[in-house]
Amino acid sequence: MLKKLTILLILIFSFNILAAESNKGPMPKHEWSFNGITGTFDRAALQRGFKVYREVCAGCHSMKLLYYRDLIDIGFSEAQVKAIAAEYDILDGPNDDGEMFERPARPADRFVNPYLNDNEARANNNGAYPPDLSVITKARRYGEDYIYNLLMGYEEAPEGVEVGNGMYYNKWMDGNQIAMPAPILDGSVDYDDGTDTNAKQLSEDVVTFLKWAAEPELEVRKNMGIKVILFFLILGTVVYLAKNRLWRDVH
Amino acid sequence: MSGNSEPKKYKNPVLNWIEFRLPIISYFQKEYGEYPMPKNCNYFWSFGALATITLITMIVSGIFLAMNYTPHTEMAFDSVERIMRDVNYGWLLRYIHSNGASFFFIIVFIHIVRAMYYGSYKFPRELNWILGVFIFLLMMATSFLGYTLPWGQMSYWGATVITNLFSAIPIVGEGLKTWLLGDYTVGNATLNRFFALHYVLPFVIFGVVGLHVAAVHVHGSNNPAGIDIRSKNDTVNFFPYMLIKDTIAVCVFGVLISAVIFFGPNLMAEVDNYIPADPLVTPAHIVPNWYLAPFYAILRAVPDKLGGVLLMFGAIAILFVLPWLDTSKVRSCNFRPMYKWFMMLFFVNFFVLGYVGMLPAEGLYLLIARIGLIYYFGFFIVITPLIGWIEKPKELPLSISDVYLGGGKEAPVPVSEKEIH
Repeated sequence: MLKKLTILLILIFSFNILAAESNKGPMPKHEWSFNGITGTFDRAALQRGFKVYREVCAGCHSMKLLYYRDLIDIGFSEAQVKAIAAEYDILDGPNDDGEMFERPARPADRFVNPYLNDNEARANNNGAYPPDLSVITKARRYGEDYIYNLLMGYEEAPEGVEVGNGMYYNKWMDGNQIAMPAPILDGSVDYDDGTDTNAKQLSEDVVTFLKWAAEPELEVRKNMGIKVILFFLILGTVVYLAKNRLWRDVH
Repeated sequence: MSGNSEPKKYKNPVLNWIEFRLPIISYFQKEYGEYPMPKNCNYFWSFGALATITLITMIVSGIFLAMNYTPHTEMAFDSVERIMRDVNYGWLLRYIHSNGASFFFIIVFIHIVRAMYYGSYKFPRELNWILGVFIFLLMMATSFLGYTLPWGQMSYWGATVITNLFSAIPIVGEGLKTWLLGDYTVGNATLNRFFALHYVLPFVIFGVVGLHVAAVHVHGSNNPAGIDIRSKNDTVNFFPYMLIKDTIAVCVFGVLISAVIFFGPNLMAEVDNYIPADPLVTPAHIVPNWYLAPFYAILRAVPDKLGGVLLMFGAIAILFVLPWLDTSKVRSCNFRPMYKWFMMLFFVNFFVLGYVGMLPAEGLYLLIARIGLIYYFGFFIVITPLIGWIEKPKELPLSISDVYLGGGKEAPVPVSEKEIH
């Protein structure tokens, strides 16, 4: 009796965590290569996604927690990473003369922030602060699905909905108003590998990149998880058999 | 010359040498080797062992996290993310620690449910129950302090809401709050002291757990039938009979917690806590960790702030006196046909309170929380004493051995209630 109740409560409870409140209708789920227990990142998609971030998002959005060296994980060579980093200038110093100076970024530097500080970011964006994207898929409910739907969710405002000055209508934004204009359109970015550059593809790639940025350990984690669970299953089975043998003689 | 003739209790001379000077070997043999466990104990009796293992895991993973964590408002968030990204297996440490906290509470809730359903809190284990409630209280404090450390939005606003509760206390409230925070608002001084307290409290818990275990070993463990051990035939030795069952429990638990740690490490976390704390931006609604939610629901169900605070703490305080509120001498609900259902309803009610505690306190949710609040206290203050007087318990089995062999329920000779002790 008590056992059944406990199991029931745990079951209901675990569903509740997953389903914790939504108020904009069901969030459409997308098929991601990193979903599931053996999910991995597609290296080509990650590199394309990085290109989208660099050419579209990075104009306004920082990724403070990432280093250029991290890009080696998504398949760039050390030389390529050096070249990518060198395209950005970073404020360093003071030097021996006490002066601050600009120098090209190195792989050991963090991603260069598009603005000097938060105030400049606000001033340049109509008062709205473009959030840092380092862990954005972990920082929003429904994670990568939400970001993807948001990027694809720009529509004409329906009849009778007043959109504020400098705001845009987006189906998935809280309150349906977002300060960011539709960032990704068909052909916004040119791909070198001949992949189609429709908005859907670009959004998919950049969201894959953002997911990796937020959870770079994902592949190692899932791989280790399978082994750890197998360990407990095998040990549990052996101990269970031993327990039956041991308790057989208890009367 | 007597030193030359040390008694030879064990084959191993090192053990003998130690035993002669500090009888710790025989102590462990008595308490963990030969310790008699009722043979009818089911897997609910493994949750104490699971809780101990989880506590140790939390302490060990926490020490390694602390080596890489910076308790400063400007650096805390980034230092946690550095652990996730740049510290070797730091993500594993942190996900073990954050999910371990949730699972610790799941385990302890089941442990408490077991103690309540099978009446483990009754004579002669009342002090054991009190120590247990004390551990629960310490756990809630520790987890609240720990939740502040990543310095995300929920950390900051959760700390703000909870510490604000103290200002409801008349006269000394505001002063007390400032004294706790070390500042007028939640800030760097708060984060520093919360970190210090979060580090030390688990060791206090560990100490109280030691007392809790020592206390249960005095009169032995309760069992699903709730009757006393009468003969050696009623029990098995802890080693290896119960240890092997506990090991199976650990394996099942290992599979469950690994599934979350490795495949859904943020399922039990609030997404807002991945946004760095910002005193200027209040989240749409501030929710506590799920394991504190039932008490949060009670707090918000009361329209008066001070009243809410008093009832919230009262909800925990009332647990301390449960052994004296229960007027029935029968321990196990298996033999209490009426109380059993009220007990089940209490568990469901607690769960519902937790559920509405995570939702906005308005409309139907608020009404549910208020009904839940009334049942929570009604169960302890009215139902528990009353049922003990009017209920006619079922016939108790003669012995644990009979129960184990399946003959317990048809025991021919009724046992009067006084003999239970």
